[in-house]
Amino acid sequence: MNPASVMGAIFNLNHPAHVVEWHFIQLSVANIVAIGLMILVFVLAIVLPFPGAARRRSGTSS
Amino acid sequence: MSASETPASSWTGRVREAAVEALPPEKLLPDKQPTYVASWIYVFGVASIASLVVIIASGCILALKGPAWWHYTGVGHFFNSIHLWGVELFFFVMVVHLWGKYWMAAWRGGRTRVWITGAIIFLVAVPTALTGYVSQQNFDAQWISTQAKDGLNSVGVGAFFNVTNFGQMYSYHVLLLPAAVVALVVAHVLLVRRHGVVPPFELKDHEASQTSTIAGSDTPISAVQGSGPGSDGAAS
Repeated sequence: MNPASVMGAIFNLNHPAHVVEWHFIQLSVANIVAIGLMILVFVLAIVLPFPGAARRRSGTSS
Repeated sequence: MSASETPASSWTGRVREAAVEALPPEKLLPDKQPTYVASWIYVFGVASIASLVVIIASGCILALKGPAWWHYTGVGHFFNSIHLWGVELFFFVMVVHLWGKYWMAAWRGGRTRVWITGAIIFLVAVPTALTGYVSQQNFDAQWISTQAKDGLNSVGVGAFFNVTNFGQMYSYHVLLLPAAVVALVVAHVLLVRRHGVVPPFELKDHEASQTSTIAGSDTPISAVQGSGPGSDGAAS
């Protein structure tokens, strides 16, 4: 089995999109995943230390 | 103003003096940034620009080669995918950039125009992407355009913005809207250079705003502040 077939088996797009409905809100699962990833990246960007940030704060950088 | 303090007599001289006064070289191309910029939340603006560069470069190649190439050749598929995923990444990082700037109230300190140009870029980028989806020259584009036309007709713009008119949509997609996005991005970046990158909230301001909220609670104020976007620990 070639890699393209493996990917095709994992990400089978040959069907209508899965959709989550809640009252008037209708979101595809793909969009929900994208929104979830954006929230995750946003939180990580705030929480994770930036390389060299502590050194800059202490004023030892040039 | 020139070194001799004499106002320039020509319009080019006056424009030059106004430009240098608004954006002196050390502001236009700074080699240092404030300490608070050393945070991951500050990288999403430049990540948006990097994505835009990839989108424009791949779009130029697609425009040079044409629909048959991007639909029926391996290299064409590759650049078509680069263009698509560049757009996905562009919107992804632009939304995170938007969230970051919203929660740090990036319009503070005379930065209203920075915020407004950023908001307009987002609004202009949406139809730029839409016109791309309907310019693919395949059944996907046909489906999207026939669905979109009903929505656009319902708000009365179908007469002059016809999503089933390929020539019009392609012109919008490869010229008018990208030119608008690039011009707005240039203005946005120059405004950021002029006003500087927005700083996080001062801790004492945050403390004052939290006093009433946590009064009577056993939670120390410092513990609450440590996790906020305006705190020193989070923003640096």
